[in-house]
Amino acid sequence: MDYLINLSILFSIYGILAVSLNLLVGYTGLVSLAHAAFYGIGAYAAALLMTKAQMGFFPAMLCGMGLSACAALVIGMVLSKFRGDYYVIASAGCTIIVYNILMSWREVTNGAIGIFGVPRPAIGDFVFTSNFAFLGLAFAFLVLIVLAAQLIASSSFGRVLKAIREDEDVARVFGYRPLHYKMLIFVISAMMASVAGSLFAVYLMFIDPSTFKLVENVFLLAIIILGGLADNRGALIGTLILIGLPELLRFTGFPTEIAAQMQKVVYGLLLIVLMFLRPQGILGKFRI
Amino acid sequence: MTALATERLCKNFLGVQALRELSIEFKEGQCTGLIGPNGSGKSTLLNVASGLVPISEGAIVLSKHRLNCLKPHQILKYGMSRTFQDGRLIGQISVLDNLLLAMAERKPFRALFQFRKNDDLARAEEMLRRVNLWDKKDVLANGLSYGQRKLLEITRAMATGAETYLLDEPFSGLFPEAIEIIAGLSEDMKKKGKTIVLIEHSMDLITRLCDRVIVMDAGKLLAQGTPQEVLHNADVLEAYLGK
Repeated sequence: MDYLINLSILFSIYGILAVSLNLLVGYTGLVSLAHAAFYGIGAYAAALLMTKAQMGFFPAMLCGMGLSACAALVIGMVLSKFRGDYYVIASAGCTIIVYNILMSWREVTNGAIGIFGVPRPAIGDFVFTSNFAFLGLAFAFLVLIVLAAQLIASSSFGRVLKAIREDEDVARVFGYRPLHYKMLIFVISAMMASVAGSLFAVYLMFIDPSTFKLVENVFLLAIIILGGLADNRGALIGTLILIGLPELLRFTGFPTEIAAQMQKVVYGLLLIVLMFLRPQGILGKFRI
Repeated sequence: MTALATERLCKNFLGVQALRELSIEFKEGQCTGLIGPNGSGKSTLLNVASGLVPISEGAIVLSKHRLNCLKPHQILKYGMSRTFQDGRLIGQISVLDNLLLAMAERKPFRALFQFRKNDDLARAEEMLRRVNLWDKKDVLANGLSYGQRKLLEITRAMATGAETYLLDEPFSGLFPEAIEIIAGLSEDMKKKGKTIVLIEHSMDLITRLCDRVIVMDAGKLLAQGTPQEVLHNADVLEAYLGK
């Protein structure tokens, strides 16, 4: 049971990451590899403020969101100078920079050793010590983020994002400033990723920079492409598959000495087959 | 009154002069045909006027405002909208959403809290019924036929409520029924006092819809006048009609 609860917590955290990245990639057409950077900023902000300043989880999470928003403003302005493939590469650079800051700013982040003893969140006297209680908190945040993303997608703002994704010139001719829209959705998405980071830090009660590497972005992109871009349900289905599938493969019965490697091979093959059968993703409305 | 004018307007593309010191005027409340052989600079003029392509030299004046330094998103505020020759709809949103795009809030923070407004929906319904697209309102724009796309595009431009419209070959490749609908829309716009700049190759439509015609050749003004005057102009017959 505890195993399922742990998986569900991971699903909630990665669901938040996938839904927020989908706002950028699926709805706006900005293929960003900077998402792990904001995930990391949220995680480290919560961990540092809770361990060193004895701040509560919720104010620490809000500070992390603020910090991520500021970073997203700067990074978003820089990235706005790029288009297409160059945007992807430049955004990857942002994750590499943040990762290396986390690694090398030892006085603050403790470098590769990471930060231990991050306390679990509390509301009044109630501490989310048990994983079951924590699942309730993480799932509540997932629901809130999905609702927010759904409102954004169905608002006039969401309609403009789709127009920008397909034809920026047409959006301009109809009186919209794509830069402002892209900046705002970049900041919103970064703040959502920061929430996931804060939850991750207090869930494990420990963080180190290894979670916030460039490859984490590739995993998140795989989730939303597999589930289907520009659909929040697709992002959640993608999360369910990519979080759940490796766990299901534990029961495939490979000999112990090659089990781990074979599970990864089967996992990779299944992804290839899924993409071959549904190149637009399971619920996809848009292809990159 | 002049609605739109160019003053010694030049546009160079890597040494190729698409517009050469072009000075022309489009009168308020009139439909002006813009004709000329392929490559004469008609679409370039529309792209420059709508801010999508920067001016090399000269000026564009819209209702006494110089547009030279304005960005495309600012030009709509000065009352000018356009259609595209290649029908640039937003293909992966619905027909209705394409139309609402022309009506909704432009500021991002406000747009974030704005959903489909009843006023806009009522107006969109009226406009889509006029072009027989109301039944297709929930279909993705990509799913429309070529003619329906052309109809939606001109309707979308009209939904902005602009005073001046730049229509880039709205009739090309259409069946007679669709041509009649668009011609009817253009006539209605004229009755409402709107200014229309119409790029078109069919002289029948030009004669029917336009008060004046401007003929361009190699980025320059070749002739201008009423459709009848232009049709009998020797330079025009030679350069444009090949007679």
